[in-house]
Amino acid sequence: MSRVRVLAGTRKGAFILESDGKRQNWDVQGPYFTGWEVYHMKGSPAEPNRLYASQTSGWFGQVIQRSNDGGKTWEAPGGGVQKSPQGWPMGESNRFVYDTSAETGKPLTTHQFYDGTQHPWEFKRVWHLEPSLTDPETVYAGIEDAAIFRTTDGAHSWHELPGLRGHGTGPNWQPGAGGMCLHTIILDEKDPGRIYIAISAAGAFRSDDGGKNWKPINRGLRSPYLPDQDVEVGHCVHHIAMNASRPGVLFMQKHWDVMRSDDAGENWHEVSGNLPTDFGFAIDVHTHEPETVYVVPIKSDSEHFPLDGKLRVYRSRTGGNEWEELARGLPERNCYVNVFRDAMAVDRLDECGIYFGTTGGQVYVSPDAGDHWAPIVRDLPPVLSVEVQTLN
Amino acid sequence: MVRVILPFHLRTLAHVDSDVELEVAGVVTQQSILDALEARYPVLRGTIRDHDTLKRRPFIRFFACEQDLSHDPPDSPLPEPVAKGLEPFMVIGAIAGG
Repeated sequence: MSRVRVLAGTRKGAFILESDGKRQNWDVQGPYFTGWEVYHMKGSPAEPNRLYASQTSGWFGQVIQRSNDGGKTWEAPGGGVQKSPQGWPMGESNRFVYDTSAETGKPLTTHQFYDGTQHPWEFKRVWHLEPSLTDPETVYAGIEDAAIFRTTDGAHSWHELPGLRGHGTGPNWQPGAGGMCLHTIILDEKDPGRIYIAISAAGAFRSDDGGKNWKPINRGLRSPYLPDQDVEVGHCVHHIAMNASRPGVLFMQKHWDVMRSDDAGENWHEVSGNLPTDFGFAIDVHTHEPETVYVVPIKSDSEHFPLDGKLRVYRSRTGGNEWEELARGLPERNCYVNVFRDAMAVDRLDECGIYFGTTGGQVYVSPDAGDHWAPIVRDLPPVLSVEVQTLN
Repeated sequence: MVRVILPFHLRTLAHVDSDVELEVAGVVTQQSILDALEARYPVLRGTIRDHDTLKRRPFIRFFACEQDLSHDPPDSPLPEPVAKGLEPFMVIGAIAGG
């Protein structure tokens, strides 16, 4: 029987939640990397017991951790695994150095800062890790200040794909409230050369050649905080989701507005429809129904909590515009949590399970595509990210 | 032997549970201590000072002999009690918050 493994990154460590296919009884393991922020964890689709985690700290910087046994044990692989005097595995914490070489594109040294001046790119942390669909040693990393890196040796070493920062619009990118982060990376299993990414607050970008060349894909986005609505970059894209069976169709939760593209991001149109508010962070698509989309509406950009204190997921079965409220099992009152952009996921079981984590430390599951919800855990540290693996 | 006290999170990361004792070659300075520490525990590279510039991370402080040495040049000789192992070299994570 299939089972699921949920990977939850939090402000104070990582947790691994496992259940059988019924998704009713859960085994909770952790915290791992206690006291550190774990921005994201994700497993390799090619080797599900190979997990990667972004462990980060404002004090001590960035560490990439790797597991080869589904999270039971971890190692920091950068620089080569060595043994400590006590016999523990150890390694160099990972270096993320921006490519400024003349050989690989147009090296940039600055981007736009909050005050309008140009500011040097400074590495702060890894927001998102996206393992290759076919090679467990290859992983893409989305970092702050925004850039995309790749490892092809299992996280021993990382190298920037400099064509993104160098394609021309980089000097116009600017940080959103959470920093200038590259938070979304989507790989296309039908077209290995195609990669989508999103940056706050620059927008969405696409590569069709494996990350060498990039183009902005923001036509149709409207952002009232921008003086020019047709500007090529500057939009605060919060997250993008795609159903693997229909890779040209993308759904986006923008700062405000839920958007859809039917042509691989070339054009976007709004599908917020009857949502009570179209601000939010998380968005995902049903594994088996590519027109079924999920969002968690948040009151506004000034008030990051659900409307009226009622936590609700909204589901559209029509690819947007027509949304239904999903409330069974979710808090009815006095709920003032947020759901971050990388904190929603879907499993691949026949009856698709939906998962999301909150800043209040709850991780919720719906084993029936959103009809009913239950908390897996209630009192974790604030949840930064949720991923799920479907295991045989 | 030079004694180094690490903050909790770096002890956890390096899998050590007490003070670290290091053989430091030559003059004992911030830099020579950190070079020896990182050579023995490569996982600590980048966590106390930048990988490449070797500049101290902003929320890290160095204390020894009841002095804050954080702003001293990294190649300045440290107080003799540190070099002799009588007093520890303390790596501190700045405390903030309520």
